[in-house]
Amino acid sequence: MSDMSPAVLLTNTGVPMKAQLRRIERVSQLKSLALILPLLLFLIVTFMLPIAAMLRQSVSNPEVVRVMPATLQALKHWNGKTMPDEATSRALLSDLTRAGGDGYALAAAGKRLNMEIAGYRSLVMKTVRHLPEERAAPSARAALLTVDDRWGDPAYWHAIARNASPTTPFYLLASLDHNVNDQGEVVHSEPDRAIYLDVFARTFGMSLVVTLVCVLLGFPVAYLLATLPTRKSNLLMILVLLPFWTSVLVRVAAWIVLLQSGGLINSALIGLGLTREPLELVFNRTGVYISMVHILLPFMILPIYSVMRGISPSYMRAAISLGSHPILSFWRVYFPQTVAGLAAGGLLVFILSIGYYITPALLGGPKDQMVSYFVAFYTNTTVNWGMATSLGTLLLLATLILYAVYNRLIGANRLQLG
Amino acid sequence: MQSFVTLPERIWYYTFRVICALVLLFLVLPILVIVPLSFNSSEFLLYPLTGFSLRWYQDFFHSPEWMNSLKNSAIVAPSATVVATLLGTMAAVGLTRARFRGKALLMGVLISPMVVPVVILGVASYLFFAPLGLTSGYGLLIMTHAALGVPFVIITVSATLQGFNTNLLRAASSLGSTPLHAFFRITLPLIAPGVVSGALFAFGTSFDEVVVTLFLAGPEQTTLPRQMFSGIRENISPTIAAVATILIAISVCMLLALEFLRGRAEKLRSSLPGA
Repeated sequence: MSDMSPAVLLTNTGVPMKAQLRRIERVSQLKSLALILPLLLFLIVTFMLPIAAMLRQSVSNPEVVRVMPATLQALKHWNGKTMPDEATSRALLSDLTRAGGDGYALAAAGKRLNMEIAGYRSLVMKTVRHLPEERAAPSARAALLTVDDRWGDPAYWHAIARNASPTTPFYLLASLDHNVNDQGEVVHSEPDRAIYLDVFARTFGMSLVVTLVCVLLGFPVAYLLATLPTRKSNLLMILVLLPFWTSVLVRVAAWIVLLQSGGLINSALIGLGLTREPLELVFNRTGVYISMVHILLPFMILPIYSVMRGISPSYMRAAISLGSHPILSFWRVYFPQTVAGLAAGGLLVFILSIGYYITPALLGGPKDQMVSYFVAFYTNTTVNWGMATSLGTLLLLATLILYAVYNRLIGANRLQLG
Repeated sequence: MQSFVTLPERIWYYTFRVICALVLLFLVLPILVIVPLSFNSSEFLLYPLTGFSLRWYQDFFHSPEWMNSLKNSAIVAPSATVVATLLGTMAAVGLTRARFRGKALLMGVLISPMVVPVVILGVASYLFFAPLGLTSGYGLLIMTHAALGVPFVIITVSATLQGFNTNLLRAASSLGSTPLHAFFRITLPLIAPGVVSGALFAFGTSFDEVVVTLFLAGPEQTTLPRQMFSGIRENISPTIAAVATILIAISVCMLLALEFLRGRAEKLRSSLPGA
């Protein structure tokens, strides 16, 4: 029987050929992975770890826990309706006494509580200033009420109790115009604090407008470039690629010069008799739209162009020769073949738009700022890490969802660059 | 245009051309407008021009702030380019050869720095590295700019590797070449256009980057775009037009280099047997 079995191919070292080949293949695969690894590690350190830290910061809430551990412990048994008992008041006084030595921690806790109720920071500071007399008083409760009768209001104690955990949904909820009330329910924030849903709506709305204008302007140009003879289209392509390669700040500066009240656009409009007074075209929404469309238009033209390049003209010719009207055949035969390019360009432009910061910051007014502006504002101006990181987290989430859709539909490796 | 074309078609043909011409004009107009103003003698960025002058360029080259920012950009952008090109090229070669589940996902992750809003990366880096005391100096700025440039290198190098004939490597190996030797003598020369255009993209990204720099660079590390950002925000002067013109000249050079490379890549590909 053994003579009948198929001969096993052996290498010159006596190992079966199949096993040897498999081994070689495995080594080659491992080498490939070893080539990817350095970049992966690099991105983990420079990109993913910082972003993970940002996500963690958006729910981080250490300030009150650090300064008022005894108070929080005592508040666990509180009925929540009246001012807490003597023991809790005593705990607060001892917490504040302990924290008095650490001005930084105390200020941080005051700032945190101030986000719950306006004026809380000064209440904490006032209470700390009066600590010597309070400690001498027989009743801690009465002493607190003597310093400030706000301590009699349960709302101020609820604010402390809400911060019993070192993690909080407070900032994420605040970024969506919601907060947790004294009864522990999630409710809509008061109108004077509820500004972020508007900001998100504005961000998406402006991005949508930019994307649609880019489609309207980019489609004809891509069609022209795709249908012209190569030599001519390469020349015109330079007009698309030159702005693409020009610094964004150069273009922003140029648009300010062009759109200002004495600028070329206004002079031209007045010269043509279209308007008598110079129009306000910059430092408002118009200026932001114009420059954003200008910056993002190449990202729309290039993917549509590359799809159109691959469409054979014979289909259109066939449709027309079969008697279809040119407009109808364009719409029914040519256009459906360009949808992949439109989707790629549209999604890319929209994804890039929602993260825009520079253009609205330099060319827009206060009413034209998008989410990114508030992320930067809370980082640089008021140093509110909770709001900065939770707005950033939500913006990141929106971007990643759209990016996943993009990958699903188009594939990240199919991104076209020039 | 043939004589049998009907009048509406003719009208549509010209309307279409006019629309396209207007859009293309819109694209280049800002560049055309800012360059002449940089050579204008007036202190105002307004047309009509009043006379030829190089004083704004003189201003630029004699200003310690601008020169410092130029120096910083000249340090940061090339360094970031080297890091991004090296890591990106290696990863692209590995990604093309490797076969494993989740490869598309990994590719998506490696390219994600391109789509994540830069403000987020700026805030996150600052938040993460400032407590470690790493936000002063060039190191972090260079590394973060490199992370932003890596996706471009991966995309361009992967694209050139698509047309790469792996039989060439088998031939080299059968003739006794080591894999490393074969990479430098065969693969690299063939994918060089992709590597160089990736490097150009990475350089352009860093050289134009302002948001991350806003968060991570101290006054000592202010780069050219960062300096322009403050300039535009405070008071837009003709010196900015001069800087803009210099930057446009650099963009033109990069664009020409890229077009040259594209031509070379096409020639190489069409001259190779079996490719």
